[in-house]
Amino acid sequence: MTGITHHIPDSLLIAYAAGTLPKPFALVVAAHVSLCDECRARLAAHEAAGGAIIEQSAPETISESLRDRVLDALDNPFDMPAPHPRQGVYPGPVMEALKGRPPKWKRIGMGNRQCIIDHGAEGSVRLLWIAPGQAVPDHGHNGLELTLVLQGAFEDETGHFGPGDLEIADADLEHTPIAAEGAPCICLAATDAALKFNSFLPRVLQPLFRI
Amino acid sequence: MMLLDDHRTLAVNATCDRLVVSMMAGQEQAQVSKINYSIQTEWMLAVRDDRDRRAFAQLFDHFAPRLKGVVARSGAPSAQVEDIVQDVMLTVWHKAHQFDPERAQVSSWIYQIARNRQIDILRRERRPLPEEIAQQAEDTTPDASQILGLEQETEKLKQALNKLKPAQREMVEKAYLGELSHTDIQAETGLPLGTIKSRIRLGLERLRHELKIIGTP
Repeated sequence: MTGITHHIPDSLLIAYAAGTLPKPFALVVAAHVSLCDECRARLAAHEAAGGAIIEQSAPETISESLRDRVLDALDNPFDMPAPHPRQGVYPGPVMEALKGRPPKWKRIGMGNRQCIIDHGAEGSVRLLWIAPGQAVPDHGHNGLELTLVLQGAFEDETGHFGPGDLEIADADLEHTPIAAEGAPCICLAATDAALKFNSFLPRVLQPLFRI
Repeated sequence: MMLLDDHRTLAVNATCDRLVVSMMAGQEQAQVSKINYSIQTEWMLAVRDDRDRRAFAQLFDHFAPRLKGVVARSGAPSAQVEDIVQDVMLTVWHKAHQFDPERAQVSSWIYQIARNRQIDILRRERRPLPEEIAQQAEDTTPDASQILGLEQETEKLKQALNKLKPAQREMVEKAYLGELSHTDIQAETGLPLGTIKSRIRLGLERLRHELKIIGTP
């Protein structure tokens, strides 16, 4: 995809490569890399650094039986699940997380909808559907929030975000994203903490919607 | 030296079965020379193209003992470390058809597989992975200069890693082997990301170029 101007910072790419990124964020990184050749190349470069470190690490003694077990098992059946392909605006890893089915939208008021993909101790990841010209409630963040645009666009105090663009918001950012005119804005949004809303009503609704 | 039909000279130095003919820009000369891929790349290509079990055993002997240390370091319970190494090496055998030396060195490809399998096994859930790039069917001729270029860049990256001060080296290893969280990595000012980035810049350009070619229908 061309025209992407907001990319993944190195700290997140390295944590993704090293496998330490919480799963909600890992999904957003995998989805962005599916759309962005620039970040795919940068991820490959970090994996080259990881490979170089393996290459230079001291060999440990392995048990004799491990070698035999592996060499004897080469002809055994090996379970390798086929990856889910991209469907419409949803990249492969998102379809994987949706188990191959289209998102089931739930209304969250003000014309907006969401589909929670995963919600657990590490945080949550959801799809958001924001009607053109509609604002997402003004909110700050307890932790980190990654928002990847899949369709349409939104704007906030920090800039314009179109398809493939990734916005990174942390505890310091109070922002009011507004969906651009045109197609509804569909985003993949991940947080490692509950969002805090500044107005009363959404705060009451927060436990209900698990935002 | 031999003469081609059109009387250009051809230098033949065929000590290896992988040969490349490169036209020298601006010169009417074709040169055939041996390609010195790294031994790991040779093993991996033999596994991929010929299902060569001896080559796989050599890959195993080289990588399994290193993987054992790396997997143990990133927090796997000791009882499971060899099971993970076994799974990684079997994945290398079964996914060999996906190995593309124009895009990744053997060590980085194995690093990737090791992270994936370790997470899948320890957390019993599948790690979100980017879409695979569809290889073009007609693109079967390996681009030797691309492969060698990546190997050279990785070699320089290794040298750069070796020149780091011990404390910096320790931080880099921790970051890439999964001992630091993303917030730790962001906060860690001692992490010599600049060194790594400048070393992989050229390799990156090559990868971008390669992805552009693959991505063009």
